[in-house]
Amino acid sequence: MNRIARLIVFLLGATGLAALFILAFLRLPGPDDLRNRTADRANALTVPARHTTNAVSTVNFDYRAFDTIGEEFILFVSVMGVLVLFRETHAKPAREILRDSSTPGRDLAPSDAIRAWTLVMVAPKILFGLYIIAHGALTPGGGFQGGVILATAPLILFLATDFRTFQKIASFHLVEITEAFGAAAFVLIGVVGLFAQRAYLTNVLPMGTTSRLTSGGMIPLISVAVGLEVAAGFVLLLYVFLQESLTVEHGEA
Amino acid sequence: MIVLQLAILILVAATGTAVVFSRNAESQPIGISFYGLVLSIMFFIFQAPDVALSQLVIGAVGLPLMIMLALARLRRPDR
Repeated sequence: MNRIARLIVFLLGATGLAALFILAFLRLPGPDDLRNRTADRANALTVPARHTTNAVSTVNFDYRAFDTIGEEFILFVSVMGVLVLFRETHAKPAREILRDSSTPGRDLAPSDAIRAWTLVMVAPKILFGLYIIAHGALTPGGGFQGGVILATAPLILFLATDFRTFQKIASFHLVEITEAFGAAAFVLIGVVGLFAQRAYLTNVLPMGTTSRLTSGGMIPLISVAVGLEVAAGFVLLLYVFLQESLTVEHGEA
Repeated sequence: MIVLQLAILILVAATGTAVVFSRNAESQPIGISFYGLVLSIMFFIFQAPDVALSQLVIGAVGLPLMIMLALARLRRPDR
């Protein structure tokens, strides 16, 4: 197929797609008609029924928590996939040359300014991550978003120091266990509903006082479980990435 | 507000097109990361801060990281 034939095929498809696209757009509701009954119901129910102020987290971790389990396991399985794809790397001592500041002759050692600033930033970052996780039921955020903020703390520690320190602080096995624990905790929290003779993942714990950290029954617990899983999952990804980009084979070095 | 919404939508379209047209494998993850950042600002402007945070996490950090990992692996095939 030469260039012109390919162009003709592309143009035919593109005009068809453009026509359908424009037709679909003409029937879109305007910005004022976007309110729908589900959203209105969720907003109306959040404070009286669940004693929480963040409707999004309440829907995610309560009304459709079962879907959220699926979403969480998408991340879990992708991290597992990455670990499986890269697993031979761990078994190859010949590639254990670290091109970071612990190796002499590395000219990219972090400057004192970077070192000082990142070390100052570690504690606020951890605090901010925990805050976002703990306040999932009250303000925008939750386990997922807070977990990634937590995961950046070891990363900036790596920026300030080197891979060996990163390995010491975030031990591979500890992170692996934390990820599995977070994923398992979410699934097991759902069983509480079964013990109360209700459906799986029914929010059966006491709802608490609105605008308190403990409000929302199981919502904060699920938020913490998701936070652990996501934070550990992202640290594992960083682990594999740093290991892959920092090691060189003997021949290249 | 409507000006801001229009501006961010145009920016999303522009960065999306730029990602499609970047042919260099090294610059693609960076482009996707920037596109993810712009998308998350768009969600924020359209008053969905929760979605904006998730988008920031997945689009600007997670996905580019995974692409870069895949590139690193492709560059150095195991014998």
